[in-house]
Amino acid sequence: MTFEDVLRWQGMSRALERRLEDEGRAEGEWCTPEECTCGGGGPAGTAGADEGIPAEGWVNGEAIPAEAWASGDLHALHGSPELGEAPTTAGARAGAPAVTPGSDAAPRVPGAELLEKPLNRRRALGTLFGTLFAGTQAAGACTSLIPLDEDKKEEILLDWQDKLKGNFRRMTDAEKAETIHRLERLARLRRGVDLNITTTDAPEGVLFGYAFNISKCKGYRECVAACVKENNQDRRTGIQYIRIFEMEGSEVDFEHATAEYQHDVPAEGHLYLGTQCFQCGSPPCVEVCPVGATWKEPDGIVVIDYDWCIGCRYCIAACPYWARRFNWGEPEIPTEEINPNQHYLGNRLRRKGCVEKCTFCIQRSRVGRLPACAEACPTGARVFGNLLDPDSEIRWVLENKQVFRLKADLGTDPQFFYYMD
Amino acid sequence: MLRDLLRDLKAFLFSALDAATSGGRKYHVWMGTLTGFILLGGYAYMIQLRDGLQVTGMTDHVSWGLYISNFSFLVGMAAAAVMLVLPAYVLKDVDFTKAVLIAEGVAVSALVMCLGFVVVDIGSPFRAWHMMPVVGSLNWPRSMLAWDVIVLNGYIVLNSCIPLYILFSHYRGKQPSKLYIPFMYLSVFWAVSIHMVTAFLLAGLPARPFWNSSLMGPRFLASAFAAGPAYMILVLSFIKANSEYPIEDAAISKLAMVATVAAQVNLVMIGSEVFKEFYFPTHHSINAQYLFFGLHGHDALVTWIRTSIGVNIVATAMLMLHPIRRDPRWLRAACIALFIAIWMDKGMGLVIPGFVPSPLHEIVEYQPTWVEFAVTGGIWALGLFVLTVLVRVALPIELGQMRSPYLTEEELAAAQEAASSH
Repeated sequence: MTFEDVLRWQGMSRALERRLEDEGRAEGEWCTPEECTCGGGGPAGTAGADEGIPAEGWVNGEAIPAEAWASGDLHALHGSPELGEAPTTAGARAGAPAVTPGSDAAPRVPGAELLEKPLNRRRALGTLFGTLFAGTQAAGACTSLIPLDEDKKEEILLDWQDKLKGNFRRMTDAEKAETIHRLERLARLRRGVDLNITTTDAPEGVLFGYAFNISKCKGYRECVAACVKENNQDRRTGIQYIRIFEMEGSEVDFEHATAEYQHDVPAEGHLYLGTQCFQCGSPPCVEVCPVGATWKEPDGIVVIDYDWCIGCRYCIAACPYWARRFNWGEPEIPTEEINPNQHYLGNRLRRKGCVEKCTFCIQRSRVGRLPACAEACPTGARVFGNLLDPDSEIRWVLENKQVFRLKADLGTDPQFFYYMD
Repeated sequence: MLRDLLRDLKAFLFSALDAATSGGRKYHVWMGTLTGFILLGGYAYMIQLRDGLQVTGMTDHVSWGLYISNFSFLVGMAAAAVMLVLPAYVLKDVDFTKAVLIAEGVAVSALVMCLGFVVVDIGSPFRAWHMMPVVGSLNWPRSMLAWDVIVLNGYIVLNSCIPLYILFSHYRGKQPSKLYIPFMYLSVFWAVSIHMVTAFLLAGLPARPFWNSSLMGPRFLASAFAAGPAYMILVLSFIKANSEYPIEDAAISKLAMVATVAAQVNLVMIGSEVFKEFYFPTHHSINAQYLFFGLHGHDALVTWIRTSIGVNIVATAMLMLHPIRRDPRWLRAACIALFIAIWMDKGMGLVIPGFVPSPLHEIVEYQPTWVEFAVTGGIWALGLFVLTVLVRVALPIELGQMRSPYLTEEELAAAQEAASSH
């Protein structure tokens, strides 16, 4: 096994290059402008514009002019400008003649771009493991007379590189772009889906807050269904972030409540109260994580790096609101139900053995859309917005209603308020 | 010099391997049985690795189960070695000089089990390197689990290196230099810290009022210093009966005193907690209500905890009566009872009720699956296997029967002299 072998394995994404060319796409692009819904739609007010090209989009907190959308300048939209840093790629996108399939002079594929960067230690390890593992698989395949195709080899290699990546918070922008690229490619290889994973940063001057009107909620649980659909939760075990409690009488008392009600709602003489992650100002779950896989973002959202989580479940024990969920088995979700518009810290596909939770739909809220639960609520019980914006609806609620927070005595400072009409 | 050292080290490893693998039929049956349990546990763990933790009885509601229960108990067993280290090395009590090496072996085997239970509880064990320095990012000092990783690994290093150094010196016919003494003192403080940190790991969670008690740390120590010496008495009695290793009766009777006092203190603390939970029950007492009396018809742990406390009281009473404590057979019976009672209490009786009911007052009970039982049995077998091997190697060295083949006649005679004079 020489280093050249390793490099050859690295160049395996030629298969991808061929496929892209067959489909008439430029290198580095994963979807054509026509079919692209990346960015998850436009800012607030254009939530319904998914089908068409929105007037403008937000990426990394910056507005993208409509022309960029129209002209298909998708590199910026993918939040991964680094992918386009190789000048040849940019040229190819700008209309340079596409390399004919099969030509030897066609090394400029995504994999090859990665090759040009100096291998850091972790990547080198990933490459090595991937190569070794692919080698053993190939050996096994030889005996069973089934050749290991290029896609399979590439998948194994990418999988190993992904296993050995670092904590998202410590990644440079280039590493983030590379990671996204890899995850999108893996999803293509494994599930045949084109994902659009973003790493949109927290917008400036935003602190997200949520208010829940317990007079309005009637327990329909439309929010729960919308949440599952939006956030790609495991369908087999039915992971749900939101719990709607049906409480007896008019008192907020979890002692006399159930979240497992199975009857027509609203039931006479009951009130309904929903819980989810409250994105605490002082989150105990973040304190206890032994590897720093969960943290609070500047816009107030408590996020998890699913791939950095080791699955010790200490955070589940630490959460006073029972907001965190664990993937006890391999999550399953039918391919046609996958929501392709994803955020690295939000609704991207999870794996077995990691913790997940509500992120106020980070993939939507950071580009100016409402969380799926707030959008789905048929009674208007859910108010979401920027706590720092004096003109926002949530500020109006906080200033004009009597509000309370659950277990405020614990000092966790939830950014989730309850109020009544 | 260095060459001699390496030569002796090699000879030492071979002698140790020889000592650990040779023995009578009973010995082989014992080790074979343990190996069988380890293999069964390994098989169950492979299933768990393949399918994920869904093969356990744990859920989002009860997110820690049998594994962490055993872990929290075994940390105490490891910490209890200090009850022999302290008198033997710090107070220079000669009765403990021989027994202390066994205690350190017990600590190492308990720590192996602790680390085993932590590893099998992790959902993504292949990502455990995220905790390592440089390549990972340990959330220290914020996370108590990060502290626990450090103190447990530090303690296992201390407790294996010190006896290893002493044994290796004796093996080479030399007296160990006094260099290890500072480390010995360090290990005394370290022993207390491992159990306090493990208690803080649970007590530091305001989300779980059942654990969020300032008594947690002290009670962990009291129960550990009862169950640990009880276990040590059983091990020492067995060694005394089955080898010519000179374990002083005084060592056993002093350990019995330690266990008695600690068990009494532990009972006082249990009483104190029960009073606080039930004199004026609040919403925070609901977990204790579930544990001791059951809640809305859910009472999986009621018999468990009542048995534990009943056995605990009986064992403590037995230890408090001089004639019973001084009779070796009754003492052993009391020790077995005390050990089991505290295992029940500090394991399932402590960890599970912290989760039931949930912070939002939902009741989901926990029942371990066969995979959990098999893995748990495998780890216990592994711990006993390690302990057996350590004792098997330590005894002949301390008895002067196992010596470096490179010793000269005079050195050998001098070493023999030193060994017998102890």
